[in-house]
Amino acid sequence: MVKVLIPSGALGISVDPDALERGLRMRPDIIAIDGGSTDSGPHYLGTGSCKYSRASVKREWRLLMQARARLGVPLLVGTAGTCGTDAMVDWLLDITREVAVEEGQSLRVATLACSQNPAATAQAYEAGTLTPLPGAMPLNGEDIAACSNIVALAGAEQINAALATGAEIVIAGRSTDTAVIAALPLSRGCHPGGAWHGAKIGECGALATNNPATGAILIEFDAEGFTVRPSGEGVRATPLTVSAHMLYENADPFILHEPGGQLDVRNATYTAVEGDTSVRVTGSVWHPSERYTVKLEGARLAGYQTTSLVLVRDRRYVEAIDQWIGQLREAFEQREGGNIAGAYSLEFRLIGSNATLGALETRRHDAHEIGVLSVITAATQQAANDIAKLLNPYLLHYALTPNEPMPTFAFPFSPPEMERGGLHEFVLNHVMTLETPMEAFALDVVEVGP
Amino acid sequence: MSVDAGSGGFVQDIRSKNAGPFWITIDLFCTDAAAFSALCEALSTQAVADALCTTAERLQRFDIAALNVIKFSAPREVVQGARADRDMHGASYAVVIKELIDALERTELERKETESQLS
Repeated sequence: MVKVLIPSGALGISVDPDALERGLRMRPDIIAIDGGSTDSGPHYLGTGSCKYSRASVKREWRLLMQARARLGVPLLVGTAGTCGTDAMVDWLLDITREVAVEEGQSLRVATLACSQNPAATAQAYEAGTLTPLPGAMPLNGEDIAACSNIVALAGAEQINAALATGAEIVIAGRSTDTAVIAALPLSRGCHPGGAWHGAKIGECGALATNNPATGAILIEFDAEGFTVRPSGEGVRATPLTVSAHMLYENADPFILHEPGGQLDVRNATYTAVEGDTSVRVTGSVWHPSERYTVKLEGARLAGYQTTSLVLVRDRRYVEAIDQWIGQLREAFEQREGGNIAGAYSLEFRLIGSNATLGALETRRHDAHEIGVLSVITAATQQAANDIAKLLNPYLLHYALTPNEPMPTFAFPFSPPEMERGGLHEFVLNHVMTLETPMEAFALDVVEVGP
Repeated sequence: MSVDAGSGGFVQDIRSKNAGPFWITIDLFCTDAAAFSALCEALSTQAVADALCTTAERLQRFDIAALNVIKFSAPREVVQGARADRDMHGASYAVVIKELIDALERTELERKETESQLS
């Protein structure tokens, strides 16, 4: 039997100290947490940066390092620093060094590097060794070589290689959400289907319970399946909350693809146990694949953006907002087009009308004011800024009809232009075949502490 | 179309979310088994595709009786975070489908009222 404590859905979001404490009393064999995701967009992988503040990550990591020291069990984080690039593994290692000194802990730390060389990945693509997944967009080698960062998603094999070093702490780069939870149970002979299925259920902490905000959850793995035990006070896992989590962020509700195979939960059974607070799951099946593949993620720069926001409160303009914006755009392009060198895009998102859904919006707005969010994308930041400055007088004073007093609309900020910096976009949706699981990954062990 | 959403309507919750940067997935949690059965009949894949400005061929549909859930998954028409993307997490697609379900419920209500008046 292996007990894995997942203290929260992601490092940096928040750890509930009470739920963590109750989880520690369940005597877990390992503390495992996810450090990232693609869910907040391509910026983090494109720039190699973390979504969460260094201060909040350090605060939570200290709590977990203290917990690890109390129990003497390994502490494992996957997808360090949101995107899991090598630089973000080093970033979290630096934080670990600081906390180790401050807490007086002498530790062995294993790091798992997952970054891939864009030029080499482009060559692999041209050589036909990458396989597109459903939904992949058309690509060429240049698109891949232009990526600022590419990572391969580690599976249980790579995580277990890191754990096998005997390190007290493992900091892994990009990893599948499930691998950091499934690895130890798999290495100790627990049921493979149960290991992967339980890992999927635990990947977001307490999200698979009736009170997701409590964060922590413990999954107990064994030879036949797994049991889900929430650690928050009064929190319950039910067959519905647990089975429904298999749907979450997963295109297929029954199948989950992982490095080395796929999980099939079509015949899984979910049973309420322990006074209906916990759930026992059996019947999940793991199908090993013939080829060992890992998924790749890449992001590249796609231009620079500048935005501005103007508020329209005049009823006549609000009611005619589409006409006004259409005329404004036409006038801007006609009069200023010759002053703009290079390609650019100008988009207006009408907050209060269609800003969220765009073309999917079917309702006619009944707003009393509209926020006009202008989004300019150009090849350089300077070009995007310059275009935004050219646009400003139109947004400030453009009149709906020729023969009316000049209107003035409300800008909430000075200056009105807001630099967004680089716009990054996801590129790869492919898997790469490996001869051996560690082929695309690098393991290192360092000593930290006073 | 003869459906019965029951007093609680067809669904108790609808959520949508990215399934990675290139896919979107939408889960419709029905109020009970009867509502699930009725909604499976009333909600066409084509109607959902139209609401999402995609094609029925691109939509995957799963009617999951054990959970009283209908699930739709499709490749994103705009990749997450690309210049034209307006919803980084894909959570607002649920609103589009909720309004589609609301319209089905209104149609059903009108049908019941008409039947009541005729009888």
